[in-house]
Amino acid sequence: MLSGQLLRRLGSMATRVCLSPGSAGPGPVGPVEAAIRAKLEQALSPEVLELRNESGGHAVPRGSETHFRVAVVSSRFEGMSLLQRHRLIHETLSEELAGPVHALAIQARTPAQWRENPQLDTSPPCLGGSKKTRGTP
Amino acid sequence: MSGALRRTAAALLRWGRGPGGVGLQGAGVRAAGSGAGGGQAEQLDALVKKDKVVVFLKGTPEQPQCGFSNAVVQILRLHGVRDYAAYNVLDDPDLRQGIKDYSNWPTIPQVYLNGEFVGGCDILLQMHQNGDLVEELKKLGIRSALLDETKDQESK
Repeated sequence: MLSGQLLRRLGSMATRVCLSPGSAGPGPVGPVEAAIRAKLEQALSPEVLELRNESGGHAVPRGSETHFRVAVVSSRFEGMSLLQRHRLIHETLSEELAGPVHALAIQARTPAQWRENPQLDTSPPCLGGSKKTRGTP
Repeated sequence: MSGALRRTAAALLRWGRGPGGVGLQGAGVRAAGSGAGGGQAEQLDALVKKDKVVVFLKGTPEQPQCGFSNAVVQILRLHGVRDYAAYNVLDDPDLRQGIKDYSNWPTIPQVYLNGEFVGGCDILLQMHQNGDLVEELKKLGIRSALLDETKDQESK
């Protein structure tokens, strides 16, 4: 039937759109992003772990993994100051922070705090500062 | 009070673009730049204790070179903190690495209040949003301008 043909055609269109390089939406997950996710999951057993590669907004080559924002929601943070929470995340990701990761914005919340405002914030726009010394955090 | 704080926090989160919002009025800010003395632990110890409010930035308060450093400048501006020492780590590679080691903190900006490390942009923003910054400034004898702003609004 006609509708069947239409469906098939729509289906193949959808496939083409999804596969077309440079289409909108999040890019493929790179090795650094994967490592960050795995390490945080292992160290903090988070209820929620949202990770965004924000490198595209900065003066770095396409596909870079230099600037990230992460929301970690874990009951491990109960009773810890913000400074302690951030230090714990820094320690967990010390390898990445000493290497490829140049900027890491952190939202470290307890489950109750996350429920008050459950969203990954937006980082301020890059002002282009480290162009001269690109690559050194 | 919390309403006004929330509104300014929301305004801040919109991260106005362009140099319009960057200017500091009455700049009592001492841009110390490369006069920071290299970045050895003892020197840094003296440096962070010399002033009540000390920030390490990429760029200067007048011209921050990074969105996160700009956010720190804007938060201090909102609270009417004009008298603070700002050091530009882009002017001094030794300071840039030295302060990271000294604070055991991998990124810039960094904020010190009364010689104590507070954190970076995320923590200062959180303290701004939850009202802790007003309290911490009060301990230093600095009255946050947001308190006066709130009073004005309430008396209308």
